[in-house]
Amino acid sequence: MAEQELPGVLILDIGGIHGVLPNIVALLQKHFRLITMKEFLENKKEMSKKIQSVFVFERRPTIDQELLESLPNLKVIANSGVGVDHLDLKMISNFGVKVTNTPHAVADTTADIGMALMLASARRLVEGCQIVISPDTKYFAVDWLGVEVTRATLGIIGMGNIGYKVAQRAKAFEMKILYHNRNQRKKEEEQAVGAHYCEKMEDLLQQSDFVMLALNLTPETCKLIGKRELGLMKPTATLINISRGAVIDQDALVEALQKKVIMAAALDVTDPEPLPRDHPLLKLNNIIITPHIGTATVQAIRMMAEEAIANMLAVLNGQPIPSEVFPK
Amino acid sequence: MEDQELPYVLIDCIGGKHGVYEDHTEFLKTRFCLITMKEYLENKKFLGEKIRAIFMWYHKPVIDEELLQSLPNLKVVASSGVGIDHLDLNLLSSFGVKVSNTPFVVSTDTADLGVALMLASARRLVEGYQMAVSPDTEYFPADWLGVEVSGTALGIIGMGTIGYKVAQRARAFDMKILYHNRNQRNKEEESAVGAIYCKKIDDLLQQSDFVMLAVTLTPQTHKLIGKRELELMKPTATLINISRGLVVDQDALVEALQNKVIKAAALDVTYPEPLPRDHPLLKMKNVTITPHIGSATKETRRLMMENMTENIQAALTGLPIPNEVLL
Repeated sequence: MAEQELPGVLILDIGGIHGVLPNIVALLQKHFRLITMKEFLENKKEMSKKIQSVFVFERRPTIDQELLESLPNLKVIANSGVGVDHLDLKMISNFGVKVTNTPHAVADTTADIGMALMLASARRLVEGCQIVISPDTKYFAVDWLGVEVTRATLGIIGMGNIGYKVAQRAKAFEMKILYHNRNQRKKEEEQAVGAHYCEKMEDLLQQSDFVMLALNLTPETCKLIGKRELGLMKPTATLINISRGAVIDQDALVEALQKKVIMAAALDVTDPEPLPRDHPLLKLNNIIITPHIGTATVQAIRMMAEEAIANMLAVLNGQPIPSEVFPK
Repeated sequence: MEDQELPYVLIDCIGGKHGVYEDHTEFLKTRFCLITMKEYLENKKFLGEKIRAIFMWYHKPVIDEELLQSLPNLKVVASSGVGIDHLDLNLLSSFGVKVSNTPFVVSTDTADLGVALMLASARRLVEGYQMAVSPDTEYFPADWLGVEVSGTALGIIGMGTIGYKVAQRARAFDMKILYHNRNQRNKEEESAVGAIYCKKIDDLLQQSDFVMLAVTLTPQTHKLIGKRELELMKPTATLINISRGLVVDQDALVEALQNKVIKAAALDVTYPEPLPRDHPLLKMKNVTITPHIGSATKETRRLMMENMTENIQAALTGLPIPNEVLL
């Protein structure tokens, strides 16, 4: 098949700091002709007609009105990843363009990071590693202790795919599982993981030893966890965030950690990423921050690309779309 | 009740880096008359005859022949933790002294730590944290990746209480579980966690993405994992040790990591602890080491203390000792 016959897909770049990874490029090229932003900008007239899809990887390229206006044949924006808070769904919809995400590819890997953060925080793993390698360490103190995960209470806020997989894992640690969600899950689903529904988030916050945020960022969930919510949590509790930084009122979190309103936090996500180097969160010793690595495995990146490719092909071929995202 | 009626129990000291925890002493003092090593040494003649038990907290006080000879009424040594490789069981037996450990209370915390190390290593958590907080970080690169845990193969060497609890946890991550043990577990236990027995350790090593050591240290398991075993592992595999440092030939491990014979290691235990400050393991990016914290939670240490108390009381009243360690 001649190259011109493959549908054109716009990407930010091949390789480089924020570009699409080389092995993912190879996957995409089996089905599409890839056009980088540079190529597009250098030859807008010719390229703009060819582009039927944009593959958004790590939130790039940025989709704004100007871009949408210059892509007359654009049918779909396929996001790699499940969160689409960086996309203006309404605006994109006004152009008759569909948006897809990759909810299935991310779920296990992100649930794993949630568990990794909870365990690392509870057992003070990062601090422990620092003691092991410190030039000043002469002995390991016997009274250096963390807290238990097994049989503790985990409160999951957001019980979608990812939240549910966290619950499945936590059950094996004999954890008591509470959850808060827009909708209650079916009885069979609850029983399978031993999860108790808390219609009021306050009940979950007051009873949990670990609070895990696994929900979408929307206007409704922005700053969902603020001063009031942190104040409701146990002083021995840990907050874990694997959603989006903006779900937490970050200034309120800094204050809560400084004043020991809660015991600790473990965040895979912040707002922005990375945080400014002088941000108070970076100076606290009761916090673990990871650089948004919820899906940062070779396998997950590949699965996300495959899911995005399936979405794009479905749209371009007029078939049922596996994971379309609609504006509210 | 007057002090003299409570049994005299020798401890090393209270508080500080190695001592019995201050907040445990209230519980202990309602049951025992605690004698510190300092007090004992200041009044050997009198106290030597009175001491009937030793509460050995984290390998202290050190028990040697001289001490045993000066404690004629010693009946039992209660040791904290499950490992007893630090005790000379033959020597103690020759003095007619019984020994107890705390095998079950440590198991969930140690299993939790094993899984924590596996996840932290696979997802490069410590490296990631360093990047997130480093003053030099300007952006998070897109090609910075770890490896999956979910859906991969875990080989557990040593399927005792701790190993089995690791298997229970790993199953929830959809891991394929292989195990090697002195004895095969029964069918119900195996199918409850989906574990497949590997009679030959080689089969386990060749098929596993993560190899977790959860054996007791004995002469038979000393340097169980050496150059040969490391070479049988996949080059993409990670070794996790929650047993004892001596189960691994440490020099062979250093070499294997340097030559990329295996991908990474995550160790809660080394030999010695701590390692010398210039040891090569401390400098490797693909090695995660924690300071022997397998049972280091407030809750478990309290349970250990209560368990040890129970064992001492049983021994002193001539009842069966719940966690007696037999030769």
